[in-house]
Amino acid sequence: MIQSARTGHLGPSLSCVEVLVSLYFDRMNHRPEDPNWSDRDRLVLCKGHAAPTLYATLAHAGYFGQETLLSLRKTGSILQGHPARVTPGVDISTGSLGQGLSVANGMALAARLDGRSYRVFALTGDGECDEGQIWEAAMTASHLGLSNVTAIIDRNGVQSDDATERIKKKEPLDRKWRSFGWQVLEIDGHNFMQIHHSFDVAEWTTDRPTVIIARTVKGKGLSFLEGDANSHNVSFSEEDLDWAMDELREPELDT
Amino acid sequence: MPSLRKELGKVLVELGKEHKDLVVITGDLGKSTGVSAFETFPERYFNLGISEQDIVGTAAGLASAGKIPVVSTYAVFLAGRAWEQIRNTVARDRLNVKMIATHSGISPSADGASHQCFEDIALIRTIPGTTLVLPADLSEMRHTVRSAVENAGPFYIRLGRGEIPQIFDERDEFQIGKSRRISDGSDVGIVAAGFLLQEAIEAGSLLQKEGIRASIVDMHTIKPADASTVTDIAERTGAIVTVEDHNILGGLGSTVAEIACRDKPVPIEIIGIHDRFGESGELRELMEIHGLTAHHIADAAKRVMKLKDTPNR
Repeated sequence: MIQSARTGHLGPSLSCVEVLVSLYFDRMNHRPEDPNWSDRDRLVLCKGHAAPTLYATLAHAGYFGQETLLSLRKTGSILQGHPARVTPGVDISTGSLGQGLSVANGMALAARLDGRSYRVFALTGDGECDEGQIWEAAMTASHLGLSNVTAIIDRNGVQSDDATERIKKKEPLDRKWRSFGWQVLEIDGHNFMQIHHSFDVAEWTTDRPTVIIARTVKGKGLSFLEGDANSHNVSFSEEDLDWAMDELREPELDT
Repeated sequence: MPSLRKELGKVLVELGKEHKDLVVITGDLGKSTGVSAFETFPERYFNLGISEQDIVGTAAGLASAGKIPVVSTYAVFLAGRAWEQIRNTVARDRLNVKMIATHSGISPSADGASHQCFEDIALIRTIPGTTLVLPADLSEMRHTVRSAVENAGPFYIRLGRGEIPQIFDERDEFQIGKSRRISDGSDVGIVAAGFLLQEAIEAGSLLQKEGIRASIVDMHTIKPADASTVTDIAERTGAIVTVEDHNILGGLGSTVAEIACRDKPVPIEIIGIHDRFGESGELRELMEIHGLTAHHIADAAKRVMKLKDTPNR
């Protein structure tokens, strides 16, 4: 998809595949044939540059045809470079880091006001935790006891220019969130069992919001990209593409 | 004169009774803005603290799920600190967030430069899809807030502080996007909005004493702009003075000039803050310093009239 567009964020899209698949195929209550169903669980893709993964997931889930995926970022496409509400299944346009968690809180608050039991998931990046607004939203969610908000941090350790810890130390990330009043779970973000279990725990926790720090590898699945800051924005040659497709086709068994 | 904060609180409570989806959010300035009156509906009132970006984002989330959030804080923090949130989260999705910015322009006189916002009209009008209104008096404030709540899309309502005058009768017709003609005269046009409309009206009286008849217009809605009134006034008078409690760059004056240049070019003088920061002081003294009073407007009118096209001999 990104290859066809010749532009896009491959590395950060690959690090959150399992989380998004788990959300849409295992966890969220949603109806592809009725994207505006009022009791649907919502996802805010705070790290909007991972849009390709969201689009692939939505397509597979049936929100639109898979052939649409090749129109990513092209003029007139319903698949914009960063999520936009023109895409069936996208509840809020994102792209500017740091803003989505506040939005998730607002959605969760609306659910509470209306007495509805839908949940709101917010997928953020770890670099995104540089943004002050993330912490404003973290305080709000905790203060208001928004236990129907579950944040997932795609902790791939790399941001656009460099490793996260060389730019603005996020560690100890778990203690930061815990001190803000959140329940903190840490998992292998590529392990479906762990992802599933952490969502269960979040759901059973009714007095505070939960953040799942998902330890991931940027560019996961493509050996020549894994962990590399240069994989943030990349598209590659035809040969690389063939090699990449081969690597991805090999099944990785989760234990 | 009525208290702005009391009246704002009052209209919100009235609307809150009629509209169960109305929710009010502030950034720890509920008392100062007057929106804390909405605490009468405790489950629908949120003081989320001094965090304007979070407040606007949270409002966006509420709006996306069917609520009608009213967000209120000082203009400089709402349009300034949270500009990108308004642009990227509220406006991109045309969300139903109603922004009531108080303490705009020169009104926080003693607080000084940090609080006197002379940029918000320019900031908001350049965001696509926003409706931007400057109510001049109590009746316009009430009409505008109601209209914002009852119509779709992002609204930005620019208010001052302290007392709010009563210029119009609430029963008079008021429509967002449609300017009000206060007087008719073919010598010069005076287009004003918001806090300084009173000064513009007084300028009209001063000019009348000298035999100069002005068409005075209350252009309360900056966006969507009332182009037909601008062209009408330009045709009728041939010279215009605009008046705003805002930078001369990018606000009401610019809006009028853009339209006039395109449709009916006439000389225009823009009364406003001359691209500088404010300072602490007493309100009327500051207005004198910045050239925002009735006699400044009248003088500008006489200057701009001299630039009118003279008929060919």
